[in-house]
Amino acid sequence: MEKSIEEINTRIRDGNARVVSAEEMPDIVAELGEEEALREVDVVTTGTFGAMCSTGAFLNFGHADPPIRMERVWLNDVEAYSGLAAVDAYMGAASESTTQGNAYGGAHVIEDFVSGRPVEVRAISKGTDCYPRRTVTTTLLLEDLNDAVMVNPRNSFQCYDAATNMTERVIHTYMGMLLPHTGNVSFSGAGALSPLANDPAYRVIGSGVPIFLGGTQGMVVGQGTQSSPATGFANLMTTGNLKEMSPEFLRAATFTGYGVTMYVGVGVPIPVVDLDVVRSTAVRDEEIMTNIVDYGTPHRERPAIARVSYADLKSGKVEIDGEEVRTSSLSSYRKAREIAETIRTWVEAGSMELSLPTRRFNAAKRTRPMRETKVVPRVREIMDTKVVAVAEDEPIRTAAAKLLKGETNHLPVLNGEGQLVGIVTTYDVTKAVGSTRELTVVRDIMTRKVVRTTPEEAVDVAAQKLERHNISALPVVDPAHRVIGMLSAIDLGKLLGGRWQL
Amino acid sequence: MKLQVSFSRKKVSEPIIARVVRDTGVLINVERARIEPSEGKVLIDVPDESVKLVCEKMRALGATVEVLEHAVMHDEEECVDCGACISVCPQEVFSFDEEWALTLDQGRCVLCGRCVQACPHGALTVEK
Repeated sequence: MEKSIEEINTRIRDGNARVVSAEEMPDIVAELGEEEALREVDVVTTGTFGAMCSTGAFLNFGHADPPIRMERVWLNDVEAYSGLAAVDAYMGAASESTTQGNAYGGAHVIEDFVSGRPVEVRAISKGTDCYPRRTVTTTLLLEDLNDAVMVNPRNSFQCYDAATNMTERVIHTYMGMLLPHTGNVSFSGAGALSPLANDPAYRVIGSGVPIFLGGTQGMVVGQGTQSSPATGFANLMTTGNLKEMSPEFLRAATFTGYGVTMYVGVGVPIPVVDLDVVRSTAVRDEEIMTNIVDYGTPHRERPAIARVSYADLKSGKVEIDGEEVRTSSLSSYRKAREIAETIRTWVEAGSMELSLPTRRFNAAKRTRPMRETKVVPRVREIMDTKVVAVAEDEPIRTAAAKLLKGETNHLPVLNGEGQLVGIVTTYDVTKAVGSTRELTVVRDIMTRKVVRTTPEEAVDVAAQKLERHNISALPVVDPAHRVIGMLSAIDLGKLLGGRWQL
Repeated sequence: MKLQVSFSRKKVSEPIIARVVRDTGVLINVERARIEPSEGKVLIDVPDESVKLVCEKMRALGATVEVLEHAVMHDEEECVDCGACISVCPQEVFSFDEEWALTLDQGRCVLCGRCVQACPHGALTVEK
């Protein structure tokens, strides 16, 4: 048996549609069986509410007099992309304030607009014959804009890796704050309530399908950027009228040490047209699996250290290597439920009808990594291979002499086997001279915890280490802990490629 | 019950807590301490029935004592019930109720402030 979308819409119009949430569906299918569930249920509602950096809105400001071609635009000091026509800009959620940094960003501008607060708009231009004006400053409400159209390149991931941190320090990521030594696990997504978890093959979710977006009815534009359904990481490109949205379902956020993002509410009503839909919407948290990966690894391929289900993650703890680790979510399950419920009321009230995709997505699509034609420089390429070292049992005087003669400020200290056991700087020697304690050999004054790098480490990672520890040189060690070079801030400076200078 | 004890410049070097423990026999658990040249602030945990006695004794010794009732300020308007605070809290102050709404067990807080950093929505603040 199959059910046509017309049949479902007729029931919606007549007020007879049976609408259930994706949370309820598994039990209904278990109780009634698939055939009966197909007959009984018309629409399954889904929802998710989480951080979606890939969010933003096209804004049309209307023309000033004399008119200006707005070449660069700032809204409350957050720059919007304005390489478009004269009075349009795209305000990306993750864009940060020129004056307030990550305390305020594009997401906050969007939230201010939908909350009815005034936003200061500034723009500059070189001035043309048709658009002579060079600057404009005005304060606008959302209602003053001709158009404010949210277009989000990738929202509502099917599933997301859970994150932990195996390093020795707290790290700040887009997965939130991760404690050292696998101290916690954070995860994102609503599990069995997530839209794409209920249609992983993209059978009924596709272009043109009506959705809940930010509190209003929007639609799916197409397959999201970086969507990778073949690996279980599909997502959606979505759109909706910002003017109709609500701050209840669009909330600006800042992840400390990472940046600005926007919490967006997305929900998709799924028409129950055939048995395949019945089966895919009967999915439970226990069946949706994801990896816990180590975000402490500064590489694209982060090692997966455990495989768990959303049921495990939602339980509040998981087991990693025999240890219980606490888990918590970054996305709101409560809000996800609220979204699924709102869709239910819309459908039941006949104010939301469903449609099948006007264009189906490619379920075999798979994301590829960037093809890099110029490889990142490695430490090996810029390190200084002339290493002046000192043995731990040598007198401090020897270290002092080497520091002077070697024209270096960092002296790696080696043990009898030639392995790195410490580091001594001119500061340590000076301190020793001024000390009242009996200090004779290098071992007495060296710093034992040495921040180090390896020849294959990316220069950017090494640069971060220098910055984080507020130091100016790193010994470069081989796997046997022998020092094969030194990397100093000066070597890094020579590169000048660490970051483009603005 | 948690008490926030503050003492001034002069009192910083005096063993106020030790004296209260000795004189009252109440076992005090020090959960957090910040001693600076000009002032000291200590967060202590005291059995509920001994709060009055400990407060009186502390005050007699020149300290200011406040019962810490709302250690964490939770702005329910800002909070979206995501739960980012839950796993970073060493004291398990935060949890979800059966409706997936965030709930707080204020009495467990030791004012470490980690939740404040972890909250993406700026919905949490702790007493300084």
